[in-house]
Amino acid sequence: MHEIGIMSSTLAAVAAEVRRQGATRVERILLRVGALSGAEPAALQFAFAAVSPGTAAAGAVLEIELLPARAVCPDCAVEFEAGPGFITACPRCRRFCGELRQGRELELTRIEMT
Amino acid sequence: MLVTTDYKDEAGDGFTVIASGPAPSGRTTVELRLPLLDLNDRQAALNRAHFRAQGITAFNLVSSPGSGKTALLERTLDEFAHAVKCAVLVGDLETDCDARRLRRPHAPVAQITTGSSCHLDAAMVAGGANALDLEGVRLLFVENVGNLVCPAAFDLGEAVRVVLLSAAEGEDKPLKYPPIFKSAQVVVVTKLDLVEPLGFDLATALDNIRRIAPQAKILTVSSRSGAGLSDWYAFLRTTLEAGA
Repeated sequence: MHEIGIMSSTLAAVAAEVRRQGATRVERILLRVGALSGAEPAALQFAFAAVSPGTAAAGAVLEIELLPARAVCPDCAVEFEAGPGFITACPRCRRFCGELRQGRELELTRIEMT
Repeated sequence: MLVTTDYKDEAGDGFTVIASGPAPSGRTTVELRLPLLDLNDRQAALNRAHFRAQGITAFNLVSSPGSGKTALLERTLDEFAHAVKCAVLVGDLETDCDARRLRRPHAPVAQITTGSSCHLDAAMVAGGANALDLEGVRLLFVENVGNLVCPAAFDLGEAVRVVLLSAAEGEDKPLKYPPIFKSAQVVVVTKLDLVEPLGFDLATALDNIRRIAPQAKILTVSSRSGAGLSDWYAFLRTTLEAGA
């Protein structure tokens, strides 16, 4: 349960950007969260509801884009999405591949404000 | 209109806003691509540079509670003794039980009590490292809070992340906790002496580790019987020599 801390730093960055842009209201916040990032979208939404009131982001829509885990096979040079349970078996040679291309992201991607 | 500006956070460190500008609706859209663990990641980078500059190889040991991190470190500190100077930072919610177990005249040890926090972060490690006399230390072991979930997201500035799985746990644990096992450079199966009495299916466990963490080196040890420990020590020596 570190989503509260993550959300607090997110909202601090949002507030700083609102001040910088001279905006009055945040309409929408987009986060991109990798499936292997260790942060759970539902818990992030809960944290947002808990910590956003009273901040510049109060009343904004929090949108979370979940990025699936993707790996690359060193032998076949094929990039592919992880299967169920994050098993990353190459679709061509079936080898288990450890090199991730996507899935650990945890970023504040976009803020829309007025 | 696309503009590029520098974003300043409260610490005064800047990064670049990719694009920003008013949309036709009167909305201003700012593309940030800001890592949400940015503060932790930057502190971790500082830790990593600091350790490297001092010739220290740091290991982050992560596992469930009770899987044998402290026992493995006790054996390791005794093995290396004066030959290779080791230090330990050990994290728990409360007590200094582990620090007392690990304390040796030749190895500085500091306990980090996190209160209710379920993981160590890079700032805690920096604080702990500052409390230690790291003069001459070559191997620094950071024993994380026992937890297979949250530590996955927090880089501490380690050179190597070691995830432990004990024979007292289920063979399917790697499949149940993918993020942490996927982030491991090394997986150590501990409590080999309990494989027989507990009917732990080692082959299945190893197969599960290979499926979920094909990038990881796998070691099997018993800190009680000593089985497999020479491989662990050899791995530490090799990593140290490689200057990882």
